[in-house]
Amino acid sequence: MVLTPIIFKIILVLCVFGITLLVATYSTYAERKIAAFLQDRIGPDRAGPFGILQPLADAVKMFMKEEMIPTVSNKWLFILGPALALLTACMTGVVIPWGKSLIIGGHEYSLQITDLNIGILYLFGVVSLGVYGIMIGGWASNNKYSLLGGIRASSQMISYEVAMGLSIIALVMTTGTLSLKDIAAAQHGGHWNFFIQPLGCLIFIICAFAETNRAPFDLAECETELIGGYHTEYSSMKLGFFLFAEYINMFISSAVIATFYFGGYNMPFVGRFVHDPNWLAVLGIVFMFAKISFGIFFFMWVRWTIPRFRYDQLMNLGWKVLIPLSILNIVVTGVFMMRHEIMAYFVK
Amino acid sequence: MITTYLFYFLSFLAIMFGLMVVLSKNPIHSVLYLVLTFFAIAGHYVLLNAQFLAAVHIIVYAGAIMVLFLFVIMLLNLNKETEPHKSLWLKASAAVASGSLLIVFVGALKNATNIPATNVANPNVGLIENLGKVLFSDFLLPFEVASILLLGAMVGAVMLGKKSIK
Repeated sequence: MVLTPIIFKIILVLCVFGITLLVATYSTYAERKIAAFLQDRIGPDRAGPFGILQPLADAVKMFMKEEMIPTVSNKWLFILGPALALLTACMTGVVIPWGKSLIIGGHEYSLQITDLNIGILYLFGVVSLGVYGIMIGGWASNNKYSLLGGIRASSQMISYEVAMGLSIIALVMTTGTLSLKDIAAAQHGGHWNFFIQPLGCLIFIICAFAETNRAPFDLAECETELIGGYHTEYSSMKLGFFLFAEYINMFISSAVIATFYFGGYNMPFVGRFVHDPNWLAVLGIVFMFAKISFGIFFFMWVRWTIPRFRYDQLMNLGWKVLIPLSILNIVVTGVFMMRHEIMAYFVK
Repeated sequence: MITTYLFYFLSFLAIMFGLMVVLSKNPIHSVLYLVLTFFAIAGHYVLLNAQFLAAVHIIVYAGAIMVLFLFVIMLLNLNKETEPHKSLWLKASAAVASGSLLIVFVGALKNATNIPATNVANPNVGLIENLGKVLFSDFLLPFEVASILLLGAMVGAVMLGKKSIK
């Protein structure tokens, strides 16, 4: 059978979907193991060797728990909340280039599901929609703590989206494209955007922490103030969806950070030893996932290192530090890019 | 033509969700239907090959402005008890005024013919490269004026938000 492009795309979509879910599942295990490591504990070790089956046990527990929908809640929106959270989390994977093209039987198959020429904007749009799941869930629960958690989450995400967008603008200025494929390809040979845009990279990573509602920005589910935040009223797998969406977001954020700033699937020095394009593509995927794994580890590392911010500190950091810094970054980038023209203007 | 069917489908969705915005009793539902309306309109932009506009439409309207709407409505916690009641006279005058506007619109568009596309030569005019070039060359002044307008609105909002002016 000839592997037609459409069949290849379908297989790719299924693979990306499956891998996203698998990575998110094992991120829960990794989180507990890394927390244990950082706190000098052993961590889960009962289910299977080294506790490797722990995520399965957790999933079974989640599914078997009694499902409760509060009678005073808005039933449809209550169900829509976690569904939207998981949907928007899964939607971002399609524009990420997971590797170079595979060549099978003389045909080239791109390892990116779709190369939109507005890829960054698509990503940004989906991220900006991610807040609806939390807001709707928090409101529909008809609980003060849930509402406060949902409102906190949404104002936090809106605030940090601004700084995130501004930090991407500087990246777009230097790369000159909105397509993630071109951005990844342009970083070939160690020309990582991290070295060109270190400040933008830092701002983007901080904003990614805030957008995924991860510690130190997890005020939406601040236990000491809000019980469970927006998912206080949720039980069973609906709660599982919210928690799962967070891990998917973490995975996708790591993938986006790796693609934008750390070379994506490009790998140092391997091109000198390996020449077969298919092996290069496979190695590219391996390197991409190594970078993503480090990104996920970094997310967890920070969570167990830095305590939670206070809410006013969070807002001050977002509006008074990150946004001016990212605007400064844009100006400096622009001046640097136009330096010859500016010099020519003053030095006649 | 699939685009024709898509056009009718998206128009149907946009009008239906638009009606639902007006007809739903719950303001939160109205906001959510408005978000869906914006999605249908973004679909229209994609059909017109204006991908950039579609993406920005989603980011700005669905992703930011409607979130703020939702935010405010959730904080106000509107429900039946707090709903302001208008007098019958006001309702009747609103119905007459909007009905007249509808008649004007129908009258104006009754004899409308198919308007030919002005820029058939370049179907990629909506793509971001071309849009950027046009915005920063032919329409530079309106573009900058619009940005000053936004800046003015922002300064005004900050002034209003200040608790006390020293």
